[in-house]
Amino acid sequence: MSSTPLVVMRGLTKRFAKHPVLQGIDLDIPRGAVTAIIGPNGAGKTTLNKAMLGLVRLDQGTVHFDGVDTAGRIDHRSRIGYMPQTPRYPDSFAAGDVLRLLRDFRGADARTDEELIASFELSPLLEVPARALSGGQRQRLNAAAAFLFVPDLLLLDEPTAGLDPIASGILKDKIRSVRQEGRAVIITSHILSELQELADVVVFLHEGRVQWSGSLEALMTRTGADSLERAIAHLMQHSTTAVPQGRMKKPSEISL
Amino acid sequence: MTAPVSPLAAAGDCVAIPSITPLAAVRRSAASPSVVGTVLRHELRSVLRNRGVLVFGVGTLLLTDIVVRLTGSAPRAMSTLLNLVLLVVPLVTMMAGIISWHASREFNELLLAQPVKRTALFSALYLALVLPLAGAFSLGMLLPLAWHRVVDPASAMLVVTTVGSGLALTFIFGGLALLIGIRIEDRLRGVMTGLMAWLLLTVGYDAVVLIVATTLADYPLERPMLGFMLLNPVDLARSVIVLQSDAAALMGYTGAVMSRFLGSTLGTIAAAGGLLAWIVVPVALARRSFDRRDF
Repeated sequence: MSSTPLVVMRGLTKRFAKHPVLQGIDLDIPRGAVTAIIGPNGAGKTTLNKAMLGLVRLDQGTVHFDGVDTAGRIDHRSRIGYMPQTPRYPDSFAAGDVLRLLRDFRGADARTDEELIASFELSPLLEVPARALSGGQRQRLNAAAAFLFVPDLLLLDEPTAGLDPIASGILKDKIRSVRQEGRAVIITSHILSELQELADVVVFLHEGRVQWSGSLEALMTRTGADSLERAIAHLMQHSTTAVPQGRMKKPSEISL
Repeated sequence: MTAPVSPLAAAGDCVAIPSITPLAAVRRSAASPSVVGTVLRHELRSVLRNRGVLVFGVGTLLLTDIVVRLTGSAPRAMSTLLNLVLLVVPLVTMMAGIISWHASREFNELLLAQPVKRTALFSALYLALVLPLAGAFSLGMLLPLAWHRVVDPASAMLVVTTVGSGLALTFIFGGLALLIGIRIEDRLRGVMTGLMAWLLLTVGYDAVVLIVATTLADYPLERPMLGFMLLNPVDLARSVIVLQSDAAALMGYTGAVMSRFLGSTLGTIAAAGGLLAWIVVPVALARRSFDRRDF
């Protein structure tokens, strides 16, 4: 892990209507590590991912990507691979059209890892209309779209949902190799056993606040749990204490 | 040794991306890509797989062909096809716009995660919606007319006006559809709102104007009626078409007022300006909503 974080978020606050979704999130995303963002439904995980991409407009707070404030900018997105939770594509597009369109958006300097097409067994599907793809095939296409441009940051929202065990294994291998290359990965998932396999850093969100941010080992040690699932359950039981807005709750502040 | 061709290289691409193992930087072209051009190029490439557009285009073509065969002249064919232009084109565009917006919300999210500006992507999505429909409509109308050679110099202006009005309604209702789709999160509510808007503009509005005109029959209403007409793009389109023909019986009430009050040349110019405003305002509002939206 490099010492300088790739993404630095400070004081992220977002409300949808009157409902607060992010309440003063402070978070650093390290390079060369897999960061798992965990939390119950409605905790703000997807909104946090989207805030990094500028897909939601923040009420307050800043996101710095590689030292540059992303407010009003789009260039940092060329260094991010995004795998959204729901893979849906226009019916008239073939799988290859989707990847070609994204490639055209990335422009002249885009690096591409086309081994992925073979890895995810997409070659025979490239001319198949998206409407004819199964859920698993669409998810493989979704993964390829995220990894294809060799991004410095991968944002993966429920990445293995709908994948068969073989494709899921390939995806996990890809995530590990990305980490080894010093790039950053953020995974949002409800499958905690999978996250335990992959994650170096765990961020636990509850009601739009960071309740835990630290290494997986530190979390396990602090909670005394033998699995991430038990550790998170422990955190959820003890996460009722409100965190002061605009400040991240430090591990030492969490009552366990 | 020949470099293996990328599986992503489409037929007709100038430069194929070579397979990369290990990873390497690839330069495709010196110019940065235009978002609008890129989306449109991909949309047009895949248009033959777009069943909705194909059905609309083939349906228009068959209907026009049958009407031309039965009537044998362009003016009579245009009179018969007036309802296609004034009712079906707005309905198809409105429904296609709202449904396709909701169907591609997640894909739009993925596109916005790329280094593209929202305003550019909105323009691309709008044009990708209306251009295939406009192309299907105009080809469906014009091919049978050309095939049967029924357009003479006397009827050419009427044909141009009818097709032009249909195209204008496509652009207008495309903008309205995106505005409704973007502003209303729920798909069913969006579709219902679109249907209500279509019903109001095609049928309800004339009824309201007629009631107002009947109720206030003792007052001079010509100028207010002109204002009322500018508020409805379907009435505007109808007026533009009918002012080019002798089919006075097909004129709506507001169209009749326009014909009498302004005369054909000035009326056409005023109506064309009104149609342009109807294109610009909904598109501008939809673009503003798209720009401010949380995805």
